[in-house]
Amino acid sequence: MSTALITIIGIIAFAVLAPVLGCLLAGLDRIITAKMQGRVGPPLLQPYYDVRKLIEKDNVSVNSTEGVYITCALVFTIIAGGIFFSGGNFLLCVFVITLSALFFIMAAYSTRSPYAELGAHREIVQVMAYEPMVLFLCVGFYLATGSFNTSSVFYMNQPILFATWGFFIGLVFVLTIKLRKSPFDLSYSHHAHQELVKGITTEMSGKTLAKVEVMHWCENVLFLGWCGIFFVTGNWVSLIVAVLVCVVLYLFEIFIDNNFARVKWQVMLKSAWAVALVAGVINTLVLIML
Amino acid sequence: MSFATKSPWVIHYDGSSCNGCDIEVLAALTPAYDVERFGIINTGNPKHADIFLVTGSVNERNIDVVKEIYDQMVEPKVVVACGTCACSGGVFHDCYNVIGGVDKAIPVDVYVPGCAVRPEAIIDAVVQGLAVLEEKSKVLQERKKEGK
Repeated sequence: MSTALITIIGIIAFAVLAPVLGCLLAGLDRIITAKMQGRVGPPLLQPYYDVRKLIEKDNVSVNSTEGVYITCALVFTIIAGGIFFSGGNFLLCVFVITLSALFFIMAAYSTRSPYAELGAHREIVQVMAYEPMVLFLCVGFYLATGSFNTSSVFYMNQPILFATWGFFIGLVFVLTIKLRKSPFDLSYSHHAHQELVKGITTEMSGKTLAKVEVMHWCENVLFLGWCGIFFVTGNWVSLIVAVLVCVVLYLFEIFIDNNFARVKWQVMLKSAWAVALVAGVINTLVLIML
Repeated sequence: MSFATKSPWVIHYDGSSCNGCDIEVLAALTPAYDVERFGIINTGNPKHADIFLVTGSVNERNIDVVKEIYDQMVEPKVVVACGTCACSGGVFHDCYNVIGGVDKAIPVDVYVPGCAVRPEAIIDAVVQGLAVLEEKSKVLQERKKEGK
């Protein structure tokens, strides 16, 4: 089969499976969070009910461009996921997911609401904070496997984690920003009862907000996939290990989410860049020297 | 049953209450009552909310705010007046600046008396509000089908 065909099949499979998996993860997240706070929590399918309700709501978009931007953001997230999980180019996946983030920001700016603009500013700071580490990740992946194709890990005898431990630590640090968990949930918090911390979605409602939720589920699955790939080799057992690592990381993120207060954007930017610089540069030097 | 009743997101506005009712509204979110069991989330954004919880009476200063929040909420939506002040103005009803209950500004669907209103009563009111939400949701769906 040609690469293009495999990628298209991957994109279709991701479009079907990632929302289901992401929805279940989000439901599990809310139950575990509730249990950590001594509450019972909502049903497992609560995120699904939320999205179905949002789809049923009336359409009151402030303009017609907002919905188009959000649809583009969702489509590019799915394309990025399809590229990654079908063994495609990792660098392309990173660029496409960044494009999706930019569409999300543009959607918030297009509404011209002060709160949405503030949310968009904060989202830009988040992109600035995690992007250096994500690009380092691509460099590390290439140095470890000799290719940007994610399928190249299947030809490895041992997990690339042994060569790219620094990049993995850096990725786990920025994963908190990517999964939109406290202390780094500046623009789109899950626990928002103030307009500021869900700023980027201030003007989004109904179907548009439903698309944002689905996009967030897909993103979560993709980013956990990024973490899992560090453990994948040609052996099928490694796939189980990778899934288990993803589960542990997700539980760890929920734990962090519940135990840390939101920080200022300066702290997020400085710490994310510091980790990217230290972990990324040291690991790159080690890989080049050895 | 429509999905509107399965995930009622709430926005809470304190008109001019003594904060007694507001504390009880927040108490409903705490582990003791845990309204998230029913999918209820406290949002800070009228565009995301389905149920409008108002505490305290409406006066000359806040009537525009109450109307603005109501107008920004997306159909189907329900208004719950929490506490005696929100229902009728309560002990403040004859103050010089008080207009009266929330129904002087916007249409109210459920009235919850009490000073302060008990968390159990708030949960009961929201559940009653869900029945109204269900009806409104059906009307909206029918309208959408007709293409109006």
